[in-house]
Amino acid sequence: MSQAARSSALARQRFRTAWLFLAPMLAALACVAVWPLLRTFYFSLTDASLSDLGDYGLVGFENFLVEDGGYWYGLLTDPLWWTSVRNTLVFAGASVAIETVLGVVMALVMNAAFVGRTALRAAVLVPWAIPTVVSAQMWAWMMHDQFGVLNAGLMGLGLIGEPIAWTADPDLALFSVILVDSWKTTPFVALLVLAALQMLPRDCYEAAKVDGVHPVRVFFEVTLPLIKPALVVAVIFRLLDALRVFDVVYVMTGNAEATMTMSVYARQQLVDFQDVGYGSAAATLLFLVIGVMTALYLVAVRAEMTRDMR
Amino acid sequence: MAATTRRAAWRTVKRLAFWTLVAAIFFYLLFPFYYAVVTSMKAGPAIFEPDFWPTRFDLDNYVAVFAEQPFGRNILNSLVIACAVVGLSLFLGLTAAYALGRIRFGGRRVLLLAVLSVSMFPQVAVLSGMFELIRSVGLYNSLGGLILSYLIFTLPFTVWVLTSFIRDLPKEIEEAAIMDGATPWVVLTQVFLPLMWPAMVTTGLLAFIVAWNEFLFALTFTLTNEMRTVPVAIALITGGSEFEVPWGRIMAASVVVTVPLIVLVLIFQRRIVSGLTAGAVKG
Repeated sequence: MSQAARSSALARQRFRTAWLFLAPMLAALACVAVWPLLRTFYFSLTDASLSDLGDYGLVGFENFLVEDGGYWYGLLTDPLWWTSVRNTLVFAGASVAIETVLGVVMALVMNAAFVGRTALRAAVLVPWAIPTVVSAQMWAWMMHDQFGVLNAGLMGLGLIGEPIAWTADPDLALFSVILVDSWKTTPFVALLVLAALQMLPRDCYEAAKVDGVHPVRVFFEVTLPLIKPALVVAVIFRLLDALRVFDVVYVMTGNAEATMTMSVYARQQLVDFQDVGYGSAAATLLFLVIGVMTALYLVAVRAEMTRDMR
Repeated sequence: MAATTRRAAWRTVKRLAFWTLVAAIFFYLLFPFYYAVVTSMKAGPAIFEPDFWPTRFDLDNYVAVFAEQPFGRNILNSLVIACAVVGLSLFLGLTAAYALGRIRFGGRRVLLLAVLSVSMFPQVAVLSGMFELIRSVGLYNSLGGLILSYLIFTLPFTVWVLTSFIRDLPKEIEEAAIMDGATPWVVLTQVFLPLMWPAMVTTGLLAFIVAWNEFLFALTFTLTNEMRTVPVAIALITGGSEFEVPWGRIMAASVVVTVPLIVLVLIFQRRIVSGLTAGAVKG
């Protein structure tokens, strides 16, 4: 056998091996991710019900929008759906903004040299490790309007005059849930930013110090631009996560309108109201929103990469 | 002289501000869990007094959580599920990582991105399809259904982290084994596996935590108290009367399931941080 033929036979064999080794993982993902997603898309075009998933008919886009006798019906005309869209956007925007600011501050502190730095780097993992359900319950108890320690503490400090109904007041509930979510997820941002800070070159700081530049200016003009790539990744990851938020909202405030997010809305339709077709339509829209954002992000990354290459 | 004292005073102020910030961060991070521990050890009406310091060491709530509902069973369920998910994810992730990281073939980058993109799926978007799947294979209200469905969370990052780890291992170690006529399976299990432990510990721990903490699937795909996992049990704990939320028991249950997790995380702190940042930074 010639050298070339042998190496091509070897290459073919390697290729077969590759697919053989990939097959179990791909089969598993096709089974638990691709297939269920496609079924959800399909269900969104049907009138399926949870009580009997085998018996349904195709209804086209009626779950999304339909005209009947001069009136429009469907998901896109449901004010509660639009409330949940608004809540989701407010939740995602506010919690990611808070996490980013707090996360950067924490990372800067963790990056400073001081006694107790190791302890702080361990402590930051505590909220991250706590299950979301547990953190939601812990905070719900702390935010209890009558017996909560948060009201007791704020009143003791004289910051508020009377107890606040953190989760029961419709004007405050979303804000409270945002606070709880940022507590749990700030550590993730802080750790990512800390990793970026640790990779920064020391010499530009030395130079700034010699020149007597104010530390705040050093942060905004040297540090921030250098950690920007890591910060952008952290923000995108958190944003995509926050847009599909479910656990913390559902455990703290259930299906309440004031905090209902797109995931909570879709689950309520699917499970509580057994309306698989309509719920799947809502879930499909949520998927599209997140899919479009992911695609935009990937395009932006690619554009930046090609610009940097030039 | 005046200038130096002023500078010294300024430095003291700055140091004081820094330590206040450090103290505030510690307080923010740790107080909620500390307060859960304090609450869990108060029984009866004492619970309605918001004390900052532990006033009692009553274990009534801990006893009651296990006596009033199948909480021991819930913990066992969560353990079985999390361990099975870790084992399955590591096996599937390892074989896939070998193919993606060590064998050159067209489209592997696209494949890796496709696998990673699954981690962007909103849970609720696969809920109805997954429900149908689990019911049709007879896994509704069983641990098997949850083990299967959790692979959607764990596989993408397991494959990603293990692939980037195995890709960076030196070429020579593999070549020697191939020269000796070792099959790919032998190369993977005898040559690479012993070197992969750091990455396996990291991804295994992350997968364990994800499976241990998951809520929505566990809530939807189980029906009876006996089949519930820990997060669902904690979310649905009810007291003697319907109108009174048993906060003491909820906090006791929360402490029970969180302490082992925190210990685990602190022991493997470095591995977890490197896994978290590798998952994101390399993306």
